[in-house]
Amino acid sequence: MSGRIHSIETFGTVDGPGTRFVVFVQGCPMRCAYCHNPDTWPVNGGTEMEVSEIMAQYERNKAFYNGGGITVTGGEPLLQVDFLIELFTEAKKQGVHTCIDTSGITYKPDNADYIAKLDQLMTLTDLVMLDIKHIDPEKHKDLTQQPNDGILAFAAYLNEKEVPMWIRHVVVPGLTDDDKYLFDLGYYIGRFKNLKALDVLPYHTMGKAKYEQLGMEYRLKDTPDMDKSKIVDKKKVILDGIRKIRAELEENK
Amino acid sequence: MRPEWTDFVGGKWEHEINVRDFIQKNYTPYDGDDSFLAGPTQNTTDLWAMVMDLTKKEREAGGVLDMDTKVVSTIVSHGPGYLDKDKETIVGFQTDAPFKRSMQPYGGIRMAEKACADNGYEVDPEISEFFSTHRKTHNAGCFDAYNAEMRACRSSHVITGLPDAYGRGRIIGDYRRIALYGIDRLIEDKLAQKDSTGRVMTDDVIRLREEISEQIIALKQMKEMASFYGCDISKPATNVKEAIQATYFGYLSAVKEQNGAAMSLGRTSTFIDIYAERDLKNGTFTEEQIQEFVDHFIMKLRCVKFARTPEYNNLFAGDPVWVTESLAGVGIDGRHMVTKSSFRYLNTLSNLGAAPEPNLTVLWSTRLPEAFKKYCAKMSIKTSSIQYENDDLMRVTHGDDYAIACCVSSMVVGKQMQFFGARANLAKCMLYAMNGGVDEVTKKQVGPKYRPIEGDGPLDYDDVMDKFTDMMEWLADVYVNTLNVIHYMHDKYCYERAQMALHDRDVFRYFATGIAGLSVVADSLSAIKYAKVTPVRDEDGIIVDFVTEGEFPKYGNDDDRVDTIARDLVAKFMTMLRRHHTYRDSFATMSVLTITSNVTYGKATGNTPDGRKKGQPFAPGANPMHGRDTHGAVASLSSVSKLPFQHAQDGISNTFTIIPGALGKEDQVFAGDIEIDLNK
Repeated sequence: MSGRIHSIETFGTVDGPGTRFVVFVQGCPMRCAYCHNPDTWPVNGGTEMEVSEIMAQYERNKAFYNGGGITVTGGEPLLQVDFLIELFTEAKKQGVHTCIDTSGITYKPDNADYIAKLDQLMTLTDLVMLDIKHIDPEKHKDLTQQPNDGILAFAAYLNEKEVPMWIRHVVVPGLTDDDKYLFDLGYYIGRFKNLKALDVLPYHTMGKAKYEQLGMEYRLKDTPDMDKSKIVDKKKVILDGIRKIRAELEENK
Repeated sequence: MRPEWTDFVGGKWEHEINVRDFIQKNYTPYDGDDSFLAGPTQNTTDLWAMVMDLTKKEREAGGVLDMDTKVVSTIVSHGPGYLDKDKETIVGFQTDAPFKRSMQPYGGIRMAEKACADNGYEVDPEISEFFSTHRKTHNAGCFDAYNAEMRACRSSHVITGLPDAYGRGRIIGDYRRIALYGIDRLIEDKLAQKDSTGRVMTDDVIRLREEISEQIIALKQMKEMASFYGCDISKPATNVKEAIQATYFGYLSAVKEQNGAAMSLGRTSTFIDIYAERDLKNGTFTEEQIQEFVDHFIMKLRCVKFARTPEYNNLFAGDPVWVTESLAGVGIDGRHMVTKSSFRYLNTLSNLGAAPEPNLTVLWSTRLPEAFKKYCAKMSIKTSSIQYENDDLMRVTHGDDYAIACCVSSMVVGKQMQFFGARANLAKCMLYAMNGGVDEVTKKQVGPKYRPIEGDGPLDYDDVMDKFTDMMEWLADVYVNTLNVIHYMHDKYCYERAQMALHDRDVFRYFATGIAGLSVVADSLSAIKYAKVTPVRDEDGIIVDFVTEGEFPKYGNDDDRVDTIARDLVAKFMTMLRRHHTYRDSFATMSVLTITSNVTYGKATGNTPDGRKKGQPFAPGANPMHGRDTHGAVASLSSVSKLPFQHAQDGISNTFTIIPGALGKEDQVFAGDIEIDLNK
């Protein structure tokens, strides 16, 4: 079967462990203000690619991916669950490490069909990188034009399925750098045993040019780059939140 | 056993000149990390500050601080030169003062004059007269023998960068021999070699006997030059300091007499380490002292300078010497060849700071010890000053005592050399094929008057390939023969006696050719094959431009449709080159490695069917054209890796640039192991 693919990056070093073959899928329901891949939004764009074609590309250069694997990002990978199931089935046959980079936005606990498929996919997935844009429901909506209840529930679901999880969080000056919410984020994700890593990403303005090319309005045109030197402190705040909830859970044992 | 060799494991090397055997029997592989390394001593810091000060002054003076205009440089032409005699543990400069450039007219007097004039100096008129009237140079010899076709190819730049006016370089003396055996033993060996030549005086035998005599003179002069500095190198070195000094005197002799385009050092660190280990064990020197010797050695290598013209600097994007030193690698017995001194050499990048010279080149293998790999990565991140080459690929043919000359040319130290031959411009050759040998820029008839492309319709792939193949045959012929002239004359008028004195008698000679514009040609042919390319003619009917419509696969995306075109071009041209007679029965090889001169080659080449405009640079070496590799680095590298090494044995280079952020996470930002991070 085929998937809708935006592009392929053969040398991915920032999307999961090791050097990775990164598949960018086409289509995303989120409208994050700082998104640097707005060209992946439309669900009808991109090109159709067969699973066999993608695996063949991976195979011929697999020596490069020793210690790495395949990451599917986008766009929103979980819009194409059937495709992912087939791709990861093939990948697991070859012993390839599989990773999904997702916003979690498609998670609908009451859709039994979808959950059944998701359950199957999770048995084939070695790592989920869940990007939580904002812990506060209202602010999340402002930022992404979507609610975050499903996303937060998805983290709990991954924990229940014991799928290793990295949490990613982009720190944008004035939007997502408030220590209160960073702490709350840590406090929320700290309860999950499957949390393996925290990836705090400083916002950069490199996506701006793409919007101009696409003739789209860039909502953050006055927002500067996040000062990288401050990122270490921001990470500490989230870690503090994780420590707090873990201490509480320890007490209540 | 000689007293200088006490504690060494004996073997063949005692009875014959065989440095490799000595290394294999005596080196100590090191699997540990970099924690043993010593920082710079006060003397090192002081001396380096002096070098930096001179560098600043040189820059302020417009690029040259001082030039010798009166004394022709030879091994013994200048008295000793120092930065600070009391602080230097390793001594020796090319002239009697640091940063004073020597005069080397044997390659060509006009080049020497121009190098002086362009920098505001004037060669002593007597010297100019002597080298114009009484003593022929390599350059004059070449032009005496060139035919009209060769001169035309040279001026149109379809063959370019030829070493016919300066030293050809790319010859690495086995400088370690001086340290291990001492000059006297090497002279003895050379006398025996001279005695061993054939008795029938053919041209070859006469030339060999004359060359060995020259080599013996060079060896004697090395000893004399060392004595200016109060050093005796007639006997083997007794400790690591003497071993480094003797090795350096050998190299210094070479750069006093040859201003070659690349004057590389060889593979010295593991050799030196054997002495360092012995001295550490015997308490002769401390780690700090040994590091100081290495630092001072590297500092000297960083001060090697030649008198060049601005055009030369343009061609090579700066003033490189290519003091390449090859480190690490794996031995054919399976033991890796990383020693503590491999670390010490790289540690100079910390102690003295980052620098492009010497060109520290790690012969990389998947089997190098993990701690060394980590240290290399750390130093690369810190200094961006390390070159890596594939030992697993080269070891198969070259064994474990080869070194890199210039950027990628591999040769077995002391046993092989190469005749450097610049490169042929394949992109221009393709345009010649379309225009029946007429140059697209000058409109002159340079190549043979073969039938040009006729009609105004879209180009037909098979027709273009047919014509291109014929034109490549012509180019291979004129190119090889031009190089035959050059190397004949270089041997005759500018012989590398110092380097060749540190080689075996019967040297294996590579005849190194090269090509430029590979990705331009591959993409152009791909465009002709998979898209629609219509030629545009000027008023004289010469094809000067192309209208390219439609998509076509581009080299650099792991797409076999075009990658095979590139692969086949390399194999095809090399096969053509092999058909020709090469000077001194040398072994023809080819490189795809223009690292900087791709800009100059592009300047001289008209519009090409891939959409590249007239004058635009080619991609460097075997690189895909800039911006056309759209599938990431692995796909790009994968395309390059399809080029056949057996047809490009002089090396394939790929210049790879990436922003640091794209190479991975910074560990302060990324909490990779959250449990550990939480406990901090």
